[in-house]
Amino acid sequence: MQKRLKIGVLFSRVRVEEKWIFAAMEKRGIDYERLDDRTISFDLDNPSKWQTLDAVLERSISYNSGLYALRTLNAFGVPTVNTAMVAEICGDKLTTSVMLAKAGVSQPHNVVAFTPEAALEAIEAFGYPVVLKPVVGSWGRLLAKINDRDSAEAILEHKATLGSVQHSVFYIQEYIKKPGRDIRVILVGDRVLTAIYRKSEHWITNTARGGEGELCPITPEIEAISLAAAAAVGGGVLAIDLVEHPDKGLVVNEINHTMEFHTAQPTSGIDIADEIVSYTMDVALANSH
Amino acid sequence: MSTVICSECEAEMTLDASAEVGEIIVCPDCGVDLEIVALNPAKVELAPMEQEDWGE
Repeated sequence: MQKRLKIGVLFSRVRVEEKWIFAAMEKRGIDYERLDDRTISFDLDNPSKWQTLDAVLERSISYNSGLYALRTLNAFGVPTVNTAMVAEICGDKLTTSVMLAKAGVSQPHNVVAFTPEAALEAIEAFGYPVVLKPVVGSWGRLLAKINDRDSAEAILEHKATLGSVQHSVFYIQEYIKKPGRDIRVILVGDRVLTAIYRKSEHWITNTARGGEGELCPITPEIEAISLAAAAAVGGGVLAIDLVEHPDKGLVVNEINHTMEFHTAQPTSGIDIADEIVSYTMDVALANSH
Repeated sequence: MSTVICSECEAEMTLDASAEVGEIIVCPDCGVDLEIVALNPAKVELAPMEQEDWGE
């Protein structure tokens, strides 16, 4: 008789996505354990407790907690969705860009500098406006559209003085005149599940910032660039954010490895939570042999 | 149905039947984020402030 698989779900908060995931687990009769990342600890000398899990689905809100938990679990030999490597790449915008560039996937023009002086020089070479992004961060926070040299000097100084050390990595991106929307593609394994437009009059179209969702037809171009982007970062359960660039066509703006889908699921009518659970079970099964 | 008291403004609110521990609710009176920390009996606490590395 086949062994019953046991799944862990690492989370910080029970958002609607986690509710849907737990419901999908229960509907499928899966033996799963809720792992609150604020209460767990890993004893590195005693991994056996964790090794009883056949896979862990990581849904932490905190990037650091999620990443270090994944690194620890993977080192213990516990398969995770996504892997620590994927989280390392996708959680850091610069690392994502580097991997996309290596794989030849179309993306906005990006430059990185490590001092305000070098960043200013790079920004001046770009021409205005440009966008300055923190390498780690989400929900459209702390993005700055810089329209002129005065703003550039002020923002760079503020970031260098007030920000954490991470803000001294200056990730500079061309400002794209996108058509008031971007495209979020939800991908699980080698399948593009759905895509939605995220519309906003604001230059930041993130739905966490009030952008509205609308179903986007999955064209061959959208499918091809999404699959290429997923392959470039290691694959898994991913949300690929695409932007319609006026000259380059579709470009990959960023990739999320613990994506929210509270807009995509009702807009598409696809049970994304169940698809994630199904993929996690496949990972657990593949590793239990 | 469980009722809870907002830790910030003492407003009384009723939790949905589907409420779960770890879920965040918003106080309808003062708008503060509250985390459900227990269900039997129901209890809420002020939710942690958003951290820099939070996201998706």
